[in-house]
Amino acid sequence: MIALLAFYLFATLTIASSIAVIFARNPVHSVLWLILAFFNAAGLMLLVGAEFIAMLLVIVYVGAVAVLFLFVVMMLDIDFASLRSGFTRNLPFGIIIALVLLAEMIVAVFAHKAGPALAGQPIASPRVPNIVAIGQLLYSRYLLPFELAGLILLVAMIGAIVLTHRSRGDTRTPKVWKQIRRRPGEAITLVEPGVGEGMKL
Amino acid sequence: MIGLNAYLIVAAAVFTIGVLGIFLNRRNVILMLMAIELILLAVNINLVAFSAYLGDLTGQVFAMFVLTVAAAEAAIGLAILVIFFRRRGTIAVDAADRMRG
Repeated sequence: MIALLAFYLFATLTIASSIAVIFARNPVHSVLWLILAFFNAAGLMLLVGAEFIAMLLVIVYVGAVAVLFLFVVMMLDIDFASLRSGFTRNLPFGIIIALVLLAEMIVAVFAHKAGPALAGQPIASPRVPNIVAIGQLLYSRYLLPFELAGLILLVAMIGAIVLTHRSRGDTRTPKVWKQIRRRPGEAITLVEPGVGEGMKL
Repeated sequence: MIGLNAYLIVAAAVFTIGVLGIFLNRRNVILMLMAIELILLAVNINLVAFSAYLGDLTGQVFAMFVLTVAAAEAAIGLAILVIFFRRRGTIAVDAADRMRG
């Protein structure tokens, strides 16, 4: 009963906040609605026992992606009002497309029973915790895709840095090669010569 | 008990809203990227729901990969957005006509 209630709460809030994402006037509000949508989707995933993906959703989406969006929206000085010019013009056409798409997908939802795989069977109760099971799968059968996922993240990181980095002419950066080529012989040494003795150079 | 259909319908609704968002905000790249995130979220809900109801964890592993790709896509997309804004001073999609596409 509580699970049912929680499902309807999370589902309603997910859909409502997704609608708010695309209809909000202020993009900062859009990002905040997106965060709410992600939280509720994480709740939905918790209800079917996918704890790992739910936590990943909160950490990766809310903690990283949404904050990235928030940074970009706030950093760039954009006139968002002018970007909404085609909104009402596209609205009727967009709604028609969306309704057709939704109808098609709902028909597809009720058609999945035609397949042999499942017929509304209940969720299998897990023998090991979800995270343990996923870990065992990730580090054995899906080891190569897992490493490739890491590689994708590395490429994305380097790509983002290369794209946005700009070398400014007015800064003085250390010349590393010059520092490495330095030898003790050409360095300045501190000497304290005694009175009247002088020093050798 | 909540059926699989309920999950699939929620995912379908979120997916449709994402597509609608791309249609409506044709000029605002940031909102288009957010709509793409919504679409990927719908895909993840589908993958996780099927994985749970089939008792097969492969779906959740692939949901993780989708998450990875979504994060990479958001990072690269926003980086391109930042340099585009630096060059042109706007993020309107129709300003991206330098390549005469």
